[in-house]
Amino acid sequence: MDRAAGIAEEQERILEEFALFEDSREKLEYLIELGRELPSLEERHRTEGNKVRGCQSQVWLVAEYDEGSRRLRFRADSDAVIVRGLIALLLRLYSDRRPEEIVATPPEVFERIGLGRLLTPGRQNGLYSMIGRIKELAAVYARLDAGRIAAS
Amino acid sequence: MSPPAAPAPAPAPAAAFDPETWRAQFPILRTEMHGRPLVYLDSAASTQKPRRVIDRLKSFYERDYANIHRGVYELSQRASALHDEARRKVQRFLGARDWREIVFVRNATEGINLVAWSFLRPKLEPGDEILVTEMEHHANIVPWQIVAGERGARVVAAPITDAGEIDLDALAERITGRTRMLAVAWVSNVLGTVNPVEEIVALARREGVPVLIDAAQAVQHRPVDVAALGCDFLVFSGHKTYGPSGVGVLYGRGELLDAMPPWQGGGDMIEKVSFAGTSFNEIPFRFEAGTPDIAGIVALGEALDFLEELDLARVERHEAALLAGAERALARIPGLRILGAPKERRSALAFTLEGAHPQDIGMLLDLEGIAIRTGHHCAMPLHARFGLSASARMSVGVYTNEADIDALTAGLRRIAAMFQ
Repeated sequence: MDRAAGIAEEQERILEEFALFEDSREKLEYLIELGRELPSLEERHRTEGNKVRGCQSQVWLVAEYDEGSRRLRFRADSDAVIVRGLIALLLRLYSDRRPEEIVATPPEVFERIGLGRLLTPGRQNGLYSMIGRIKELAAVYARLDAGRIAAS
Repeated sequence: MSPPAAPAPAPAPAAAFDPETWRAQFPILRTEMHGRPLVYLDSAASTQKPRRVIDRLKSFYERDYANIHRGVYELSQRASALHDEARRKVQRFLGARDWREIVFVRNATEGINLVAWSFLRPKLEPGDEILVTEMEHHANIVPWQIVAGERGARVVAAPITDAGEIDLDALAERITGRTRMLAVAWVSNVLGTVNPVEEIVALARREGVPVLIDAAQAVQHRPVDVAALGCDFLVFSGHKTYGPSGVGVLYGRGELLDAMPPWQGGGDMIEKVSFAGTSFNEIPFRFEAGTPDIAGIVALGEALDFLEELDLARVERHEAALLAGAERALARIPGLRILGAPKERRSALAFTLEGAHPQDIGMLLDLEGIAIRTGHHCAMPLHARFGLSASARMSVGVYTNEADIDALTAGLRRIAAMFQ
């Protein structure tokens, strides 16, 4: 994946990819493909502490902040393959980004590709909570960075 | 005004037996999902509604609606009479001796909470026990845990076997001098196991332990007679019984209800109110604070008429045959594992498929217009018992036909092939 792509560019790419599909079946099949390709999280990261709240499938999220590049990196996994596909898309959008970029970007691209209903709050899956946690962490680091920059 | 204790007269069962005419009465089953005809196999979560129940809700609001038990004017009296008639229908449906034993609540869950707070909590002491089973719905676990937690009591779960049945000896062993309540599902909402409630009630009565039956998955699938059964309490939900959502029933033996304090305060549950003190109304009104879901209650009466006209013995034979057929068809799918193997199964059948998460199964079936439930079905301890965090569940209703089962089987075969 070309990491030079900015968050806006990545959104465009996702939109273009999904424009190829005619119906929900093709979209789900693509998500299954993406889900199968997503690297699994090592067993030691599949802890209760890394779990995000969801009723049906389980989702684990691990975050790392690189102070040098000021980038927040995420890795995530699920026991359901379609959810893994959605995770793959979420990571393309939000992982390896500056905190302020993450904060400024709502996950509206999912609405535009017709997958918005998979990310709604409620009992369905942990993705809504996963986005929530990504945003929370980004907000924390964005504040820390702003503080550091002001102090220097 | 004291209406007679007798139930409303039962409607005569319709002469013809044809499940397709049953199905034709459900407008929603003619709709499409993702361009495919809806195959609704989630009746254990909630049943769809027959035309006459939908029509009754509408006609009640158009012709009969006013608040009840308050107005002297004709409309209020008509609404009150229809509401009271619905209570008599529930009495007849359950085989209760007296209409006063029927309390309207929002759903089965609220019925259990009412018993936990009003009946059990005042007599619960530190070290006391409430006995449930591993197969209970969270609604039959959590309300007991809350009152137990407050009182230093605890909830004890009797184990189930690999076949998904209650181990009656193990259940009996867990009844101690500290057991204050036994609460058991009649039919498991996941496995579909029909529990031997007659034996369980007899056991509880021998030991002098009050017993509550969670009949949320039972009364719409088989005949019920609470007086013959002899249970102290029984709950069910209107929305799983072809009635509207928002109305449920608690049956309680009259002498027990009579001795219970109110749970919620408000209008209709009082006899006399002053700032010096308030005295409370008789049962069942003591437990029905505030304006109830009047239209929902009237429409629930209509739903019970519908079920009785179908004849529950006939409904049971039809659904049991469908479920047995589904079990045979699903068992032949490579990698598919059915949870439990109870002697008698009604309502629901849960399964897993090797390599596919239940959520994936549910989302892929949805594309074919097939609605099943996936997840833990509000029974996490039961899933833990089977070493799972989730399963897929199909469930049947009076409108389910073989074409539904065939569609599910074909869909699952395609998914099994994708994930192997």
